[in-house]
Amino acid sequence: MNQFLVFVRKEFYHVFRDKRTLLILFGLPIMQILLFGFALTSEIKNAKVVVVDYSKDASTQKIITKIAASSYFTIERTILSYDDMEKAFKQGKIKCAVVFPSSFNEDLKHTNKASIQIIADASDPNTARTLTNYLLSIISNYQTEINANVQIPYQIQPELRMLYNPELNGSMNFIPGVIALVLMIICTTLTSVSIVKEKELGTMEILLVSPFKPLYVILSKVIPFLALSFIDLIVILLLSNYVLGVPIRGNIFLLLMESTLFIITCLSLGLLISTVTNSQQTAMLISMMGMMLPTILFTGFLFPLENMPVPLQVISNVVPSRWYYFIVKAVMLKGLGLQAVWKQTLILLGMCVFLLTVSFRNFKIRLA
Amino acid sequence: MEEKAIICKDLTKQFGDFVAVNKISFEVNTGEIFGFLGANGAGKTTAMRMLCGLSFPSSGEATVAGFNVYKQQEKIKRHIGYMSQKFSLYENLSILENIEFFGGIYGLSDKQLKEKGEELVNTLGLQKEAKKMVGELPLGWKQKLAFSVAIIHKPKIVFLDEPTGGVDPITRRQFWDLIYKAADDGITVFVTTHYMDEAEYCNRISIMVDGRIDALDTPANLKTRFSAETMNEVFYELARGAKRSDN
Repeated sequence: MNQFLVFVRKEFYHVFRDKRTLLILFGLPIMQILLFGFALTSEIKNAKVVVVDYSKDASTQKIITKIAASSYFTIERTILSYDDMEKAFKQGKIKCAVVFPSSFNEDLKHTNKASIQIIADASDPNTARTLTNYLLSIISNYQTEINANVQIPYQIQPELRMLYNPELNGSMNFIPGVIALVLMIICTTLTSVSIVKEKELGTMEILLVSPFKPLYVILSKVIPFLALSFIDLIVILLLSNYVLGVPIRGNIFLLLMESTLFIITCLSLGLLISTVTNSQQTAMLISMMGMMLPTILFTGFLFPLENMPVPLQVISNVVPSRWYYFIVKAVMLKGLGLQAVWKQTLILLGMCVFLLTVSFRNFKIRLA
Repeated sequence: MEEKAIICKDLTKQFGDFVAVNKISFEVNTGEIFGFLGANGAGKTTAMRMLCGLSFPSSGEATVAGFNVYKQQEKIKRHIGYMSQKFSLYENLSILENIEFFGGIYGLSDKQLKEKGEELVNTLGLQKEAKKMVGELPLGWKQKLAFSVAIIHKPKIVFLDEPTGGVDPITRRQFWDLIYKAADDGITVFVTTHYMDEAEYCNRISIMVDGRIDALDTPANLKTRFSAETMNEVFYELARGAKRSDN
């Protein structure tokens, strides 16, 4: 056990003393997340929003002023029928509409409850989500204001309608995609390179001549990266939640467990790569290029799988990230539980066990 | 002490049709410095790997430190030290950290490690550099350090695979002082080398040609037998007949 700890400590020394490794480990995920995040959620300013105010009273007026005050919206105040509104949406003239029902003020005063309808064009899901989020926060802001001095709190219930794309497909789909991509690259690259490096330097031979068992060599190589990837995962989740505003709707524990499974799968893949290569460059190339492309192409987070030719769809089944992507999307964005993803989890588990077995066996063969 | 450190009988390693090591037989006495010579591709490294428990022989028998190379590889590993021709300490660990690591994987306790570390740093005169990264040291010092680390767990036998490659003559001489000291402490030294002056330092040497051992004796006896002035001449005499070159 002591031997094991000595080994693991050595691995941590390696990681923290190598700037390149540190850069890949922590720079890459942060960069990827921010890059994808901001590239795909381009900031929205002066979006045209139509306000349909059937109520015309003090409170709606206040809300409208608040909306107008924000730099994100240009307000166009008209009374539009739903048909006209739909036309305007279809022509792309407006991105978003806010409708106050005629009973807004009365409902608020008498029942302490009122509703506002927010309609957004979700064919551009990122914009739709951003706009509605802005509006929601303005409304909730107003609600807190008027609730400051009352006993029975007022409730303004916004009703969201996402036109054309109610599920917001493609909206935040890139976040699970980036998580899969980053974990895949980091785990495979760092593991394979760190093992191949020892082969290149000749220290692997020394380790194999020592009484330290090859299995332990592998384990103590993998464990630090498991820990570090896990930290990476947390960083990514925090970034996407707090910087990019992507919520984690499902069970966070389930999400972390599934991610650990995926991390182990990627680590075994890295292990496998290290058993078939003898130079750091090759290992790096295989893990970076060889893993990045399939992950980008076959998970469906940039290119919808359904539109691909059937042979490619078939190939996509052997890409672990594809299943992980599905799981993260379901758990993180849709808030689903294990019963919705058990099939994908089993597939991932199968891949993990398979890769681990093969790489352990390969590693042993190389010793004989 | 009468026990032999290494006993080989008809040890053979075959890769497909290629017989890398062809029925070699020899014995190494405990406490002896045994030179294992041969041209590149003669099969030295392959033979050494079998003795270290890194690969299984195709046929033949061998015991190392009294343990069978087929069945007791784990026990062999516990009782040998190994230094490869590549410099093989971690460059981005300090001297002490390297000592702690390699001592640690041989199961030395923290207390032992601390003592050993101090002792080793003092013997090598590296007190000031103890916390420096090994990568910053000159090659000669690295080699000496690597050797000291290879015997940190007091093995019965230490295998040195061309330990002095690329090192200047003075440092080589100092390196051999360390080897003598280890031998005095009762460690059997099994060393391969290309330098014939180093061959002269050994108690006995064997010369491998094309996978066989063509000569095995003390340097003095070999010189007499081949009526040669130096080991160089002996080596040329034997290696001339070799059919294999680099593999």
